[in-house]
Amino acid sequence: MRYLSIKNRSILREMVSADFKVRYQSSVLGYLWSLLRPLFLFAILYVVFTYVFKVGKGVPHYPVYLLLGIVIWNFFTETTIIGMGSVVGKGDLIRKISIPRYLAVVSSSISALINLVINLSVVLLFGIFNGVELSWTWLLLPVIFIELFVFSTSLAFLLSALYVKFRDVTYIWEVGLQAAFYASPVLYPLTIVPEKYWSWFFVNPMAQILQDARYVFVTKDTVTAWNAGSVWWAAVPLGIVMLTVVVSRKYFKKQASSFAENI
Amino acid sequence: MKEDIAIKVHDLHKSFDLPENKTTSLKQLFVGFGKKQRKHRQKVLEGVDFEVKKGEFFGIVGRNGSGKSTLLKILAGVYAPDKGGVVINGNVTPFIELGVGFNPELSGKDNVYLSASLLGYSRKQVDAMYDEIVDFAELHDHMDKKLKNYSSGMQVRLAFSIAIKAKNDILIFDEVLAVGDEAFQKKCMRIFEEYRLNKQTVILVTHSMDNVRRLCTRALMLSDGKIELIGSVKRVANAYSKSNLEPVSADTQTIQPQEDLDKIQLSGCDTTYNPGDVLNVKIAWPKIKGVKMAGVAIVRSNGEYVFGTNTGDIVLKNNQIYYSVDLDLGPGAYFLRVAVYDKTGKCIAFNESKCRFLIHDDLRKDVGGQVRLRHNYSNSEIETVTDEH
Repeated sequence: MRYLSIKNRSILREMVSADFKVRYQSSVLGYLWSLLRPLFLFAILYVVFTYVFKVGKGVPHYPVYLLLGIVIWNFFTETTIIGMGSVVGKGDLIRKISIPRYLAVVSSSISALINLVINLSVVLLFGIFNGVELSWTWLLLPVIFIELFVFSTSLAFLLSALYVKFRDVTYIWEVGLQAAFYASPVLYPLTIVPEKYWSWFFVNPMAQILQDARYVFVTKDTVTAWNAGSVWWAAVPLGIVMLTVVVSRKYFKKQASSFAENI
Repeated sequence: MKEDIAIKVHDLHKSFDLPENKTTSLKQLFVGFGKKQRKHRQKVLEGVDFEVKKGEFFGIVGRNGSGKSTLLKILAGVYAPDKGGVVINGNVTPFIELGVGFNPELSGKDNVYLSASLLGYSRKQVDAMYDEIVDFAELHDHMDKKLKNYSSGMQVRLAFSIAIKAKNDILIFDEVLAVGDEAFQKKCMRIFEEYRLNKQTVILVTHSMDNVRRLCTRALMLSDGKIELIGSVKRVANAYSKSNLEPVSADTQTIQPQEDLDKIQLSGCDTTYNPGDVLNVKIAWPKIKGVKMAGVAIVRSNGEYVFGTNTGDIVLKNNQIYYSVDLDLGPGAYFLRVAVYDKTGKCIAFNESKCRFLIHDDLRKDVGGQVRLRHNYSNSEIETVTDEH
């Protein structure tokens, strides 16, 4: 299959740019909102979790630690929620022309990816400002973000195909995300949890991604999938990511040929 | 596949599940589990076979629900067939609808880029043809406005201007001519005629037999998911017009052999009239058993049905009847469509080519429109007199 032929690339490009223009066109601050939103959320959570619950105590550079977590989690929710509705949302196109169906999902993932890049540059500045030590391990960040992108987009593929058939997937996923938010160490450091449970957190690939990103960027004190217990445990979240990719791809491909009649 | 074939359709089958209640929520799936879900599988296409040669302007006609649109969507790659297949020699650009992908929240300019990318153009290519598109659409001053602030006519103009830029091996159009005003339809027609001259392979789905006659080189008629007739434009157009004359419950009926169709004779029909003139015509048909009723319709040359009546309870004698009508119509070209039916309402014989006439423009400045209705102006209140029949 010619996945990204010139033709498909230009469709993707126009879809993404249309998405952006539509999303921010009637707001005064426009694109700035994609930066301000996580920053405001961060400010609120920072106050709550340093002064009220005090979970950030003892974590070096906790503000950076928290902001990085929020930015990553934001990308995950944005990709999966917008991705889920992407096929149905582009139903008008899908019912009338034969563009590859995956473009609908990929275009929404790329919109979210652009947001992520903008947000990450803020995290980077913030990190430097906060005195995070420059380290060669920063170079590993892109690898982690590739994993994040692949995992979130695969889930978006699965959810978007399910959503065509069952519209209540959206409610289920919202609840699931809410639960996953607290099950993943976004706000709190894993050190507040008893050590014997650490490994179980990393069954969740999001926990592994969050912690690895913090390890390479913020502080080597971070508990990660491979230093929480056995090194081999790191294979569990990676295996789950791969399984998600395989299952999503298969299901999406199977359903894609009948999207036009089911939407 | 032979070199000169553009599309080969082989034994195409397609059906859709029409559950009484579509399972779109999980609750229904679980609650309904175990219960036998009442599903209704509707066959839309049943074994369609045909070929379109390169350079043909191929028409597809059929009544509503005959499967035309489904066939077209399979050719366009939107639906996947259940059985059988389509082999396409070259690339296809389908126009199931004009302006696919238009976003009302974007400017006209952005929409040109978006829509053209969906037709397979890169940004560079669109840059190169952008001015031409705007020229053709005559929308120079509006390209930075949002599409939602366009009138529907402007939207159609923009969409069409992009569509005609499409150059591909095979173009597929679905009822494109049905939208837009008269000037727009003329523009469409010119483009289509150019396609025909340039031997562009085109597939056109339409209800207008006038368009089929004028544009197509070959046509097929679908009926209940099967090919009813395929071949010369004249035969297909006649068969289609005839099937449309059959009153309501048009069950699948075998079309009478061609010889039966043109048997009705019309005499006394002029070629030109003025608005308000009386048309007198004698309708005669050969001795055919079972003729119970005759009907006459006035149709505009573009296929628009204007007015029709039938003989109802009048007993037909001597295989003929006289018909007279006041032509209170606006200027334009018309023809009479005449048919005779048996007692079940099945059309036995039929004609729509023997009486074609033009209604002159009477050049009156105080009258306009498609019909001439009796009317009255007065400075005092007008008493309405109810007509009693």
